Amino acid sequence: MSYVTKSPWIIHYDGSSCNGCDIEVLACLTPMYDVERFGIINTGNPKHADIFLVTGSVNEQNITVVKLIYEQMPEPKVVVAIGICATSGGIFKECYNIMGGIDTVIPVDVYVPGCAARPEAIIDGVVKGLGVLAEKRAAMDQKPAVAAEVKEKEEA
Amino acid sequence: MNLTTSIIGIAAYLILAPIAGGLLAGIDRKISARMQGRFGPPILQPFYDFFKLLEKEPITVNRVQDFYVMCFFIFIVITGCLFFAGGDLLLIIFSLTLASIFLVIAAFSSNSPYAQIGAERELLQMMAYEPMVLITAVGFYILNGSFNISDIVSSQVMGIQYLPGIFIGFVYILTIKLRKSPFDLSMSHHGHQELVKGLTTEFSGKTMAVIEIAHWYENIFLLGFVYLFFANSLAWSPVLAVVVCLATYFLEILIDNSYARMKWQFAINASWIVAITFGFVNLLVLYFIS
Ligand code: SF4
Repeated sequence: MSYVTKSPWIIHYDGSSCNGCDIEVLACLTPMYDVERFGIINTGNPKHADIFLVTGSVNEQNITVVKLIYEQMPEPKVVVAIGICATSGGIFKECYNIMGGIDTVIPVDVYVPGCAARPEAIIDGVVKGLGVLAEKRAAMDQKPAVAAEVKEKEEA
Repeated sequence: MNLTTSIIGIAAYLILAPIAGGLLAGIDRKISARMQGRFGPPILQPFYDFFKLLEKEPITVNRVQDFYVMCFFIFIVITGCLFFAGGDLLLIIFSLTLASIFLVIAAFSSNSPYAQIGAERELLQMMAYEPMVLITAVGFYILNGSFNISDIVSSQVMGIQYLPGIFIGFVYILTIKLRKSPFDLSMSHHGHQELVKGLTTEFSGKTMAVIEIAHWYENIFLLGFVYLFFANSLAWSPVLAVVVCLATYFLEILIDNSYARMKWQFAINASWIVAITFGFVNLLVLYFIS
């Protein structure tokens, strides 16, 4: 069994959220929902994180930030888009500076719709992300050769 | 202490310390959660975290960083081994300092501003606790006429009877050493803090796992110091000493959860004032009565 599902550490980034979804993400840490039951910790550090929670859509200014955080996270990693803004752009979709959902910039594994997404839905989304995390971990074991090749290509 | 007991001490420390340290960390997190009205993670959570970190993709900022972190780990283990083999207290204190310095260099080598500020704060913290640690060693020397741990634990007197001030001072700086709030300036075990993760910002995967296990070794060794105050040649004293160790750790958890983080200026001033009032006065009294 992979330990990565037992201790998923999270980094939370606020794209251009209205702050509604952020509050709900933080609500998951409160005594009411207490996600630390599942070993989930909210780290502020991409290098320690396994799950990337993004709220709000991507705008012209934070494309690099979102990419940078994603690239700094060591494999296996999972991206969870929280709220309808992060999923598709939501009510901000038509704004002049909005690119759209998170998947316009980085690959997203789990979408949690809702405006704002309820804490229960967010926890469900993260738990769903754990399944993806385990799969990715297994894939790392299976094809270390492929991973090495990809890395070489990236470096070249 | 002869050679066999030394070897048994070392072997027991090498094998049991990470297990006990990890469990202690798990219980710590559980109790902290309960103090905050939460359910908390499973007791074995630190072990899950540790094995998870081993499974992650290795990313290092530069090669030298891993070397320094390994040195940190090795010297922490050596410090603990010296302690549990009944070695020299002064040597132990300085090898502990050396280990901490390696961690600071590792953080500095990454060139990340967060890690560097963390490392700088770690140095300030060392300045804060170092005097009290030395006073502790001197206190034990005046009392027992020897720096050797083996002589201290087999002496007729119980340390706490003559060194109560030094004990209070030591427990005070233990908060810094165990990285508990209000003195978790350089790196905190709590989720969010202003320096991202301070000292350990740039370490991930296996490197981070090594740091975790080094901390477990270190915590057990530090509780060993508390043990010294209560251990003597009497048969029941080790039991009392272990109970006091656990009580001290509980007190640290309580402090951790009830204080907000202080500035480094406060950390230095406060620990030096405590070292002078409790530690130094205790030494003076000891000097006159012995
Ligand atoms: S989905 Fe709704 S609550 Fe969430 S960031 Fe967008 S507008 Fe705000």
